[in-house]
Amino acid sequence: MSEGAPSTTLLGRGYAWSTSPRVLRSLLPAFSLAVILIAIFYLQPRAMSPIGMKLLFNLAVPIALATIAQMFVLAVNDLDLSIGAYVGFVVAVGSTMLSGGLAGLPLLEGLIPDPAPWIFTTPLAGIVVLAAAIGVYALLGAVIQLRNLPSIVVTLGMSFIWAGLAVLVLPTPGGSAPTWLRGLMTLQVPIVPFPIVALIVIGLVVHLLLMRSAYGAVIRGSGGNPRSVARAGWSLVRVKMAAFGLAGLFGVLSGLALLGLTTAGDANIAVRYTLLSIAGAILGGSEFVGGRVSPIGAVIGAATLTLANSFLTFLRLNPDWQIGAQGAILIIVLALRVLISRGEVRN
Amino acid sequence: MPAAVKQILERPWIWVYIAAIAVWGATMVFTQGQGGGDLLTAALAFATFSVIVALGQMMVITLGPGNVDLSIPATMTLAGTVATKVMDTQDSMILVGFLLALAVGLGVGLFNYGLIRLLQIPPIIATLSSSFLFQSAAIWYNRGLRIKPPPQLADIATRDVLGLPLLAAAVILLAVIVHVVLHRTTYGRAVTAVGQNTRAAALAGINVDRVRFQTYVFCAVLAAVNGFFFSAFSGGAALNMGQAYLLNSIAVVVIGGTSVAGGFANVPGLWAAAMFLFLVEAMLNTFGLGAGIRLVLTGLIIVGVIIAAGGQKTER
Repeated sequence: MSEGAPSTTLLGRGYAWSTSPRVLRSLLPAFSLAVILIAIFYLQPRAMSPIGMKLLFNLAVPIALATIAQMFVLAVNDLDLSIGAYVGFVVAVGSTMLSGGLAGLPLLEGLIPDPAPWIFTTPLAGIVVLAAAIGVYALLGAVIQLRNLPSIVVTLGMSFIWAGLAVLVLPTPGGSAPTWLRGLMTLQVPIVPFPIVALIVIGLVVHLLLMRSAYGAVIRGSGGNPRSVARAGWSLVRVKMAAFGLAGLFGVLSGLALLGLTTAGDANIAVRYTLLSIAGAILGGSEFVGGRVSPIGAVIGAATLTLANSFLTFLRLNPDWQIGAQGAILIIVLALRVLISRGEVRN
Repeated sequence: MPAAVKQILERPWIWVYIAAIAVWGATMVFTQGQGGGDLLTAALAFATFSVIVALGQMMVITLGPGNVDLSIPATMTLAGTVATKVMDTQDSMILVGFLLALAVGLGVGLFNYGLIRLLQIPPIIATLSSSFLFQSAAIWYNRGLRIKPPPQLADIATRDVLGLPLLAAAVILLAVIVHVVLHRTTYGRAVTAVGQNTRAAALAGINVDRVRFQTYVFCAVLAAVNGFFFSAFSGGAALNMGQAYLLNSIAVVVIGGTSVAGGFANVPGLWAAAMFLFLVEAMLNTFGLGAGIRLVLTGLIIVGVIIAAGGQKTER
């Protein structure tokens, strides 16, 4: 927090534009994204069309939302190892209860009277369950703060719980996305493809929420120096509840976005999101400690990771090395960041 | 309460032993005492592999916040794959295979530490990125073919004497050694000191970089050794054989009473936590529950134990 957090974001102040390594550092995520995008266009010029861009960025939307969720947890010096399983749970609930109510649950098949009463078919059931899930996240924040627990282990345990619940709700891949959700994710926007609009909106909204609001500063401050935040009269329990609750909310949004794209559910669909979200947040300039996070960076980091995947496909690399190349891209971007940070220290 | 009893009850790991015994007892009640000994032997056999990697992970986590080795599964796979392919079911090649596994571990440790030190990448991300490379190397090296381990090695890895698996006995000994190293040697004290306060440790004359380097290499070598023996135990190296150990190694370390914030390691708790996690799985299997409920209950038990144990630790 020592360096005035707002100016470390992409919307850095103009006066430091030219040479400051701090600005360079905040531009790095955008720069890596641009490089990968140009490389993709070079390999596959057809990707430069609106439909191509849409396909490229589609999957970045749920990953960006999951990365934002992870970033809220990082902001209070914690780590969420359960976000992937949680997103899977949301997908499972979304594809069953949110479209068909309790009657949509495979578990209850045959138990519900045939002309099912209203109470069994209302999608309200799904909304209640998802709201409860967000409540569980907020509760976790409170417990972690009150009992001084390591978030890594608590969320590790929670990852089993979410995965198990997802399997109970949707034992085999199936179900279907609510129509409004499908409509939303395939929305047609003039000129700019929808996923890009969505990513920009997500980044800006969270930026305003966390970087520009008073309570956002308190959340980040509790990651930087919890004791001083507590001395200033803020309840650390409430701060943690807010941060974790927001993570739960964005986890729900991530799951719904993913479901809207895939249209059918699968409990294990988002297992990789846990590591992707951590990598995306760090790639976008967030730190593990100190409340130093960047929402716009997180969105760009998530997009970079998604595009890196497509890039490797276009490269027609030996499939054996596909995962390895992803690791190499991560290492290169982070190495660049270190080079810039060294300049920052020297200044 | 006698002083001795009180002293034992104050150990953070005692609760995990009690929990493990309780879970075993619950299973026994359900089966009316059938197969209690066999269950313990199986628990020891599987806990062995958790403990080997957890010993390394514990040292890494003790180095302080942000220190976690996520490359353990990939290292296990790579070492197991390379060793079984080179041994090619020949008993005469066992030693060569073992040395190769050690070399893989050494290489992985050097690479990981190189990323952390030279590129100053946070260890979680460094080991995550490098694990992709190791996993790719393992796929490329053997294309996922499963080669059987040499018969003699398989025999050593699966044999037990009076219900005590040979490997478990060796790893109990290893745990004792690590315990002594941790509490009685300069290196062990240095790891703890670095985890408690890196700056103070450096000012006290500890070569922090060297301690970190040794610890990451130690962890990677143990992961490689685990890959070697686990592929012998399970009839060959599979590409996903390390997967379960990513979360398992962290869970065992932390449930065992080691502080996630670093600076405080706990070896006796590792065995208790590893046994506990296996016994919970076994108990839920015995009850004949479906996969979903099993996962939920495993999670609830992990969260419950950590919430219950959380209050036992002093704040600072």
